[in-house]
Amino acid sequence: MCRGVVKINRVIQTDELTHKYSLGTPFESTAVDGLSFSVEKGEFIGIIGHTGSGKSTLIQHLNGLLKPTDGYVIINGRDIWSKKVNIKEIRFEVGLVFQYSEHQLFEETVFKDIAFGPKNMGLSQEEIEQRVLDAACAMGIDESWLSRSPFDLSGGEKRRVALAGVISMRPTVLILDEPAAGLDPQGRKTVLSKISQYHKSSGITVLLISHSMDDIVKYADKVLVMENGKLHSFETIEKVFSHSHNLEKIGLDLPQTTKIAMRLKEKGLDLGDGLYTVSKLAQKFLERIGKV
Amino acid sequence: MNIIEVKNLSYSYQHFDDEGNLIESAPALLEINLDIPKGQFVAVLGHNGSGKSTLAKHLNGILKPTKGGVCVNKMDVNDETLIYDIRQTVGMVFQNPDNQIVASTVEEDVAFAPENLGLEPKEIRLRIDKAMKTVGIYEFRRHAPHRLSGGQKQRVAIAGVIAMEPECLVLDEITAMLDPKGRKEIMNTVEKLNREKGITVILITHYMEEAVNSDRVLVMDKGRIIMDGTPKQIFSRVETLKNVGLDVPPVTELMHLLSQSGLKVKNDVINEEECVEELLRLTELYKPTN
Repeated sequence: MCRGVVKINRVIQTDELTHKYSLGTPFESTAVDGLSFSVEKGEFIGIIGHTGSGKSTLIQHLNGLLKPTDGYVIINGRDIWSKKVNIKEIRFEVGLVFQYSEHQLFEETVFKDIAFGPKNMGLSQEEIEQRVLDAACAMGIDESWLSRSPFDLSGGEKRRVALAGVISMRPTVLILDEPAAGLDPQGRKTVLSKISQYHKSSGITVLLISHSMDDIVKYADKVLVMENGKLHSFETIEKVFSHSHNLEKIGLDLPQTTKIAMRLKEKGLDLGDGLYTVSKLAQKFLERIGKV
Repeated sequence: MNIIEVKNLSYSYQHFDDEGNLIESAPALLEINLDIPKGQFVAVLGHNGSGKSTLAKHLNGILKPTKGGVCVNKMDVNDETLIYDIRQTVGMVFQNPDNQIVASTVEEDVAFAPENLGLEPKEIRLRIDKAMKTVGIYEFRRHAPHRLSGGQKQRVAIAGVIAMEPECLVLDEITAMLDPKGRKEIMNTVEKLNREKGITVILITHYMEEAVNSDRVLVMDKGRIIMDGTPKQIFSRVETLKNVGLDVPPVTELMHLLSQSGLKVKNDVINEEECVEELLRLTELYKPTN
């Protein structure tokens, strides 16, 4: 089994996790290849990588939707596929929100939709109600919406209802696959800032898949980079962007500000490393020309 | 010559209550006037619900105007007898590739529309091979579409439309579900179709960087076109854009911040090269003089 001592703060740990699709057929392909990493309680992790790099396959292992072909997944200190573990409990501990989560709304009212998870946990009516209200509040869902049909809401609002439906189960880990995809800039900001606020207030561990490097640098502490099913790197934001060219090499899109800082450096104007937000770059530039 | 002419177009979605009575709802489009010349690359920006997609759906007769009119190559979209000609002229691609793919192999999918045009098999073969090569999916022609990546699937959808040889493409957030690589593939494909084949492109997007290289940018808000100009004219108006819930490209934002700090900054910087150049110019300009 897993080597060494499992630290109590370690919420997620994978050990040589491998997943092969269509095993034993001519179409066999390795989607995740020998992945070992761990996540501490309360961290906000960004996951990036191309489509097809194995991100989605990876996260589906973390709440037991997929079973590893090889290796282990350890959640809160327990090997989730050992006979002693009830996989259903793992799914309450690790909340997974898929892309376009609003497609999963189905109840008549917003309240019922958010209550669906807690209801399945067999909680008391009182407890369910409390959880729905808390989750709704965390996602900025107005109480007046609760009696309405979720299908009358806008795209961004529906997305937040779907998120509330997962956090109402009070998972210890929240995994989000592109929670802001397809929303307009305003909707993006609202959804992501609600998630970030909830992360700060509840201390929940968050794993966020995003193609938007700008979103990742804004919210995440660490970045897990996947490439061809393998772990390319897993470092803090500052570290990752101190060697930005590595990301460029594997074809990932850098924040535009980082690209500008790199170009300026080539032209002899070195403003330093790790410039990945507009305000940071502006500040550094003003300092350089003596205007601060 | 204009390929699209929109005159005083208004549109309201119709809702019915439980008894079947019509409920009046706020108009989704209000008095739109718009001419698009042949070969232009037009980006349409606006937050969700601003009317972008409703406008797009009028351009090939999926929706019919409540008031006003739309003409495609002088053909009126209200004229039912012209609807097939109109749809052959203006092809649409939508956000979700999975909703647009019907066949079990890539080439069959691309062949779907030309088959429905009643073309000779030989001509169909020619057209779909050309279309698949243009968007760079020829090598996947015998693959099952659901096995492809999002960007590849979306290129299949585009190939299916250009196999009809349309003069105009209306692209409704076609990169929204794609990763940066997929987005680049699609944008390169679309820009190539515009440049090399002269196809008119109307691109609805939330990504400001996709609008930066266009000929013309339209900004929509509450069912109206509130801004219409070149990317430089539009993106220099940072405050107005923010007021209607839109972002500006990071480079423009940077210039805006610097200008707020009192620097004399050019306000029409919209891409990286211009930004780097401007920053270097500013460094020279504010060099300590001693």
